Amino acid sequence: MAIWDKWRKGLERTRQALKARLEDLGGKGASREEMLDAVEEALITADCGVAIAREVRATLARRPQDDIPAGFREELGRLAGAATDLHFAAQGPTVWLLVGVNGAGKTTTAGKLAALYGRAQGRRVVLAAADTYRAAATEQLAIWAERAGAELVAGRERQDPASVAFQAIEQAGARGADLVIVDTAGRLHNRQGLLDELGKIGRAVARAQEGAPHEVLLVVDGATGQNALAQAQGFLGAVPITGICVTKLDGAAKGGALLAVRRALDLPVKLVGLGEGIEDLVPFDPAAYVEGMAPNFRSAEQ
Amino acid sequence: MFEELQEHLRQTFDRLRGRGKLTPDDIKKALREVRIALLDADVHFAVARDFVARLEPRLMGQDVLDSLTPGQTVLHHVQEELQDLLGSETQHMRLGGPAPHVVLLLGLQGAGKTTLAAKLALRLKQEQHWPLLVACDLKRPAAIEQLAVLGERIGVPVMRPDSDDPAKVARAGVERARAAGQDIVLVDTAGRQQVDPELMDELRAIKAAVAPQVSLLVLDAMTGQAAMETAKTFSDEIGIDGIALAKLDGDARGGAALSVRAATGKPILYASVGERPEQLEPFHPDRMAQRILGMGDVLGLIERVQKQVSEQKAGEMQGRLKKGEVTLDDLMEQLKSVRKMGSLRELLGMIPGVSRKVRESDVDESQVGKNLAILQSMTRQERRDPRLLDASRRRRIAKGSGTSVADVNRLLRQYEEMRRMAKAMRGMRGRMPQLPPIERR
Repeated sequence: MAIWDKWRKGLERTRQALKARLEDLGGKGASREEMLDAVEEALITADCGVAIAREVRATLARRPQDDIPAGFREELGRLAGAATDLHFAAQGPTVWLLVGVNGAGKTTTAGKLAALYGRAQGRRVVLAAADTYRAAATEQLAIWAERAGAELVAGRERQDPASVAFQAIEQAGARGADLVIVDTAGRLHNRQGLLDELGKIGRAVARAQEGAPHEVLLVVDGATGQNALAQAQGFLGAVPITGICVTKLDGAAKGGALLAVRRALDLPVKLVGLGEGIEDLVPFDPAAYVEGMAPNFRSAEQ
Repeated sequence: MFEELQEHLRQTFDRLRGRGKLTPDDIKKALREVRIALLDADVHFAVARDFVARLEPRLMGQDVLDSLTPGQTVLHHVQEELQDLLGSETQHMRLGGPAPHVVLLLGLQGAGKTTLAAKLALRLKQEQHWPLLVACDLKRPAAIEQLAVLGERIGVPVMRPDSDDPAKVARAGVERARAAGQDIVLVDTAGRQQVDPELMDELRAIKAAVAPQVSLLVLDAMTGQAAMETAKTFSDEIGIDGIALAKLDGDARGGAALSVRAATGKPILYASVGERPEQLEPFHPDRMAQRILGMGDVLGLIERVQKQVSEQKAGEMQGRLKKGEVTLDDLMEQLKSVRKMGSLRELLGMIPGVSRKVRESDVDESQVGKNLAILQSMTRQERRDPRLLDASRRRRIAKGSGTSVADVNRLLRQYEEMRRMAKAMRGMRGRMPQLPPIERR
């Protein structure tokens, strides 16, 4: 129940905005065209993009007018996809790699993941500070390591990040740690040189531990617009992304761009940040997402 | 995307050709295409709607209806209207009143405030100011440390907080600058995941404590529809004087720029275009208009090229090219300047839309290096007179450059092509020919 409330709270603003727009979807004299317009607008203002908005509109246009609100929820559910779990190693330490553009929230996510999947679930966690570029990135991760009760493996400033990742995994194995979370430097997805560097980190991780990385999570700011797709495509060219972590999804952002990413590249959203607290980083729950985005107005108003 | 819009407009109008005059209905179809292009560029829904509404009367004018190329005329109007909205010309930060002037940096988490603070400090320092950076982000772990490191790199002093009240810290920063005779105080503030009351209270308190001349909102250029509400909230609750767009070196079309202008009416003052401290530029509305339309920052690209190819060299070369006397030395110079401009793919990456395809396949970066190595393994004499290059010399060059004779031959073929082009250009108005296409492996 608590988690459900968190979703509702996190997406409250989105919900209110959508509700205002879709209020009349239950009837009250709105014409069919007006309802379809409202659906299209709702999806575009949620950053889903014109393509998805038009597709959903076309689908709903084929249904009886009374079915449009329910159809809207169905379509959202279809776009959100199924829930997918995070992968752990069958044997030896699990390695998760975090990648993304500058300012997406990788370091914070690394810290929160360490707290959520570490001590709380009885795992020993190593945080690998492979962002050797941004000033004080290691210090930031060190503070998170302390908060989460995780161990930190850091490199020197400007040290090759691939070697930091490699060392961290080796040390984690030696110390008997269960989970290694590798934080990498933010980089824009159109900087080929930096993507090549990331590819090297990915290969180093694979060399250090068989089956690793078990997750390569692309961290995307929930307020990102249509560029999210370009980001995902760019990073996919460098490392085998396994899923997406959407940060900062509370507030004005609706994260609809991630639906477009999922549809185009079949990359599942695995984690969602619904607030600033550690516990606000939660596994993606498609049903809750749809509920948060488009509650059943008619039943809600009873 | 620009090409897409261009193509759609062409199709819209082509269908009508032969039927003679355009009708208002045709214009409506064109407007629909414009609206979609804006939405695809992340312009806010309501802003795109208003934009199209404002554009409509312009497009109903005779010049469009009579135009032989209505698509181009429509694009021209769209671009002009965009530019008007973005601000007609580049604006600069105004620092009035007695020193020290205070600049407050505001924004959400991860927008790029701290990085921008350092970039702005460096820029001001280069403009003969003496800035002080004040770390007022007491929330994000190691934010203070980050600013301190950046300050050291650019040689600008950083004040660390001496209190856990950001307003007091900012106040102390201004006092310290005044005492030291520093004329500008840059205050880096904390962000939040969203615009929340706690943050607004904190920022209001800082603002009241230091009365900044300029409150600058830092916004991530990749932001989608939320840009509108974010900018509006900061503007309404704190009051802002200008906007800085961060991460414009990505390939986002940056429609958020239009949204924030519409939401706040304030000018966009700066564009942040890279990770290095010197990569901050004044904002150019005309270029942004082109970018939103997906035309790419062509001017920015040209500027970067110009910076690298010294005019004199270019002039000399053009003179020789005109006479059809291009040498391998010239080719080497060309390749060197290509190298200097940075990665080809990165340059192409500045062009939104077309960039990805090109990045993935067409440009072979290593070929530039290879060709350069081959050229550098030749003697100056050989470069001036390639006829000297017999089989044994070619073998020596291949060995010296770590390539194969086939590579050397391929380069020489390209050179021949370039020479032919130069010859063909003789008599034509002298323009520098493009580098012959770099062969793919």
